[in-house]
Amino acid sequence: MRAPDTILPLRAEGLGFTAGGVRILRDVSLIIEAGAPTIVIGANGAGKSVLLRLLHGLLAPTEGRVAWAGLAARRQAMVFQRPVLLRRSVLANAVYPLHLAGVARTEREARARDALALVGLGDLADRPARRLSGGEQQRLALARAAALHPEVLFLDEPCASLDPTATKAVEEIVLALAARGTKIVMTTHDLGQARRLAGEVVFVHRGRVAEHAPAPHFFAEPATPEAAAFLRGELVW
Amino acid sequence: MNDLGSAFSMAIGLIATADPAVAQIVLLSLRVSLTAVAVAALVGLPLGALLAVARFPGRGGVIVVLNALMGLPPVVAGLLIYLLLSRSGPLGSFGLLFTPTAMVIAQAVLIAPILAALTRGVLEGLWEEYAEQLRSFGAGPWRAVPTLLWDGRFLLLTVLLAGFGRAAAEVGAVMVVGGNIEGFTRVMTTAIALETSKGDLPLALALGMVLMAIVVTVNALAQGFRDAAARWAG
Repeated sequence: MRAPDTILPLRAEGLGFTAGGVRILRDVSLIIEAGAPTIVIGANGAGKSVLLRLLHGLLAPTEGRVAWAGLAARRQAMVFQRPVLLRRSVLANAVYPLHLAGVARTEREARARDALALVGLGDLADRPARRLSGGEQQRLALARAAALHPEVLFLDEPCASLDPTATKAVEEIVLALAARGTKIVMTTHDLGQARRLAGEVVFVHRGRVAEHAPAPHFFAEPATPEAAAFLRGELVW
Repeated sequence: MNDLGSAFSMAIGLIATADPAVAQIVLLSLRVSLTAVAVAALVGLPLGALLAVARFPGRGGVIVVLNALMGLPPVVAGLLIYLLLSRSGPLGSFGLLFTPTAMVIAQAVLIAPILAALTRGVLEGLWEEYAEQLRSFGAGPWRAVPTLLWDGRFLLLTVLLAGFGRAAAEVGAVMVVGGNIEGFTRVMTTAIALETSKGDLPLALALGMVLMAIVVTVNALAQGFRDAAARWAG
């Protein structure tokens, strides 16, 4: 199914990030392959969000580099913890990134409406986007990203400020996108969510990638004491 | 007492009968100030948008100067344009002094900094909020400008109204470069300023009432636009 000009695998090589004299991330080398969702877990402040922003290209690494197998600029999208919706209708929000991506005018609306239907917002297309509930706003952010048909979709704590119902809706959409062949790379500090979604786990601890393992393996026998403590629900930072 | 009362009723009569002299003055005022807003917007809005998204050395200084220019006294703006347009000035050969065009130029100079400074304030807040998301979509600061202008549309309309209110109500600039020539460059504010001292109270009062009505309308519209902006901001 995947186009031959895939942008995966994604390689981080000796990645580091320092801001204001604080070394937030260091020595991160990992390879992210196509397949089931990669879930990045770790305590708050461990560097998960910075790692995602470096991989997505929003931040420039101060050390090392991010290398894609292909031209990645237009083939990846990101959903943030707090969705930033434009002061426009729901539909216009979904159309906007397609416009920026150079999708033909005639094709934009159909693709946007497909994506809205996927997240269950088809009936709210004409509403002002920012009047939606928190859960609906996050689903719109997902639709906006999905409409781009990205090969890789980054999600930064997409459920952190949502209630359980809205969280469930977001997880179902994430799994649907993964089933469609979109590579999911998502951070969470919610272990239950990590267990429900993960194909593989990247455990970030104090600015380093402490573990990178298939999910069943990681949850059954974590290789580091920090990961084991994190899994037991102890406070590690 | 009686004088005042009769002046009032004559003023209302002038408005009610749409007195040609009053109408001419009101229409010239609107024409000059609306044109000045349009001209100032052509410069002020893009300049404000640019300052909102661009980061360059000296940006802070430019913003301070711009904010200071918001308080530019109208007579000083008038004086500057007077010096440029007077017969011995660099633009004297165009013969624009004491014409409505000169008044438009003076008011545009007066309000362009106001439009630019207010636009920067509105769009900078929007840009801070949008920047990361737009960059994720592949849009840098330049591509973001039309997006910001559109998403800030209702607040920018209030900015234009603020500029119009300032232009319609100022007297110094149009007085210096217009000269209050009856039937040619006489506008509401200059007529009030000069006809009051000459004893034409009914005309001054009539124009004062029209001016107040315009100011109230402008503020009602601005409130409407602010409400619309709040609705879309969620």
